Amino acid sequence: MLSEESKKELEAALGKYPDKRSAVMDALRIAQKGNGGHLAKEDMDEIASMLEMRPVEVNAAAAFYTMYNIERPVGKYHIQVCRNISCSLLGAEHLIKHMERTLGIGTGQTTPDKLFTLSTVECLGSCGTAPMMQINDDYYENLTETRIDELLKTLK
Amino acid sequence: MEKVLLKNHGKPDAHRISSYLASGGYKALAAALSMRPDNIIQMVKDSGLRGRGGAGFSTGLKWSFIPKDPTLQKYLCCNADEGEPGTFKDRGIIDHDPHLLLEGMIITSYAIGATRSYIYIRGEFDFGAKRLEEAIKEAHAKGYLGKNIMGSGFDHEMYVHRGYGAYICGEETALLESIEGFRAQPRKKPPFPALAGLYGKPTVINNVETLSCIPGIIENGSEWFKKIGPEKSPGPKIYCVSGHVKKPGLYELPMGTTARELIYGHCGGMLHENKPLKAFIPGGVSAPMLAPQDIDTPLDFDSLAAKGSMLGSGAVIVMDNSTCMVRTAYIINRFFSHESCGKCTPCREGTYWLDRIYERILRGEGTAHDLELLEKVPQQIMGLVLCALGDFACNPVLSTVRQFREEYEQYIGLAEPVAAEA
Repeated sequence: MLSEESKKELEAALGKYPDKRSAVMDALRIAQKGNGGHLAKEDMDEIASMLEMRPVEVNAAAAFYTMYNIERPVGKYHIQVCRNISCSLLGAEHLIKHMERTLGIGTGQTTPDKLFTLSTVECLGSCGTAPMMQINDDYYENLTETRIDELLKTLK
Repeated sequence: MEKVLLKNHGKPDAHRISSYLASGGYKALAAALSMRPDNIIQMVKDSGLRGRGGAGFSTGLKWSFIPKDPTLQKYLCCNADEGEPGTFKDRGIIDHDPHLLLEGMIITSYAIGATRSYIYIRGEFDFGAKRLEEAIKEAHAKGYLGKNIMGSGFDHEMYVHRGYGAYICGEETALLESIEGFRAQPRKKPPFPALAGLYGKPTVINNVETLSCIPGIIENGSEWFKKIGPEKSPGPKIYCVSGHVKKPGLYELPMGTTARELIYGHCGGMLHENKPLKAFIPGGVSAPMLAPQDIDTPLDFDSLAAKGSMLGSGAVIVMDNSTCMVRTAYIINRFFSHESCGKCTPCREGTYWLDRIYERILRGEGTAHDLELLEKVPQQIMGLVLCALGDFACNPVLSTVRQFREEYEQYIGLAEPVAAEA
């Protein structure tokens, strides 16, 4: 069930467009945020009825865009490390391996305490400060193993 | 050159409207609103401004394709889906000087008669999306958006539309599909967006950097703009430099600055003194690679096209001699394979199979036949797809196979297998 707050936010989003369907991306984002970073099927169905879309159409949109997490829940902190060219040139692969070792999980997995999910992603548009990663909504740039270790310690 | 696009970077509270106004902001809007829309379009045509998103099409000409019928709803869409690997210039403008973009967008909307505009920003730019939403509120409060802007009779509303992770949304018709709430798959053209774009209505889609050039052109005139850089690709350009250089970052320079000036001058040279330049990509990963002997090429649309590459987004990726070109091509192709929208079979399947071939070669299991395939598969993709993604995916494959063939041969001929790292 979408919370009252989420519904309010969705109402505001609807005001931006001449067509209800256009609000589907905002709706999915709002629903995901309101559900701890994971899109629930019942929320998507509710969005479908609010936007007068068929559930399968909402699902098709959600499945297309990689930032919607429909297949699996993510941890409290979703670590997304850039694996594209500029970050790779400056050691992204070593950092990914380092994080796999430190967290004790492979890429694509979540720690048993549900604190961290580790993912690799394509270019995040921060190539001048490579290597970099995103944790939830925030960018962390000019990464080194030491900086990552310090950062992970602060995330509880 | 005096900075035009990054002039406010580093000023305190540069993103606030108070700071923007203090540095002369929104004066160009006032001037534009006193002009006839046709004259603005002509001025932008005369300036020689070419689209900074990558295609380099004349901006004024693009605007002139919009029908003049005042009863038709028209739209402006700002492409802020910055996703071309190596590119981070639009984010620079959005995060630090959002009102420059807004002013450019309001002027453009007035010129083409659009009463609504959307900024399509990639989902990962959460900070930027919030900055833009705040800036829109500020502009509203000052009367630069809304009804009867500055007493001109022109009404305009601007909205932020957030993407959610799909490179293809940078393709203009995919961007429109995405705003309309569909999967972002490119449309067949024609019809072009100027006639049937967003919701089937006449639409202009311009890049952030392109739109940010507009206030300067209005304020200083098209002759001023034309005098910056080469005659056929004039204006300021933000180069995004990343990779093996001492000082990566954004550099606003006259269009046509050479790669040598950029890398060895502005960026302080190669990262490690003992590791010389091996190759560079002049315009994001879609652009074919260039070699050290091309270092004196002016980085502008025509000079790079003459070298068989392209300016693209102006993302210069620098690689030193420690770089494995097979692995680099693999990373780039993997990206395109991941981002192929799936609509056209040649691109969807072709990039997937190229990825498989690269993995095989990197594992040390490649054969001479695989090397042949790397040259053959692109022939089954290029020109056979709806948008440029498929063609772009082939560029790094072909340019590395041709320029660094011996590296591929080493992989294939190696006795001991070389493990793929990812």
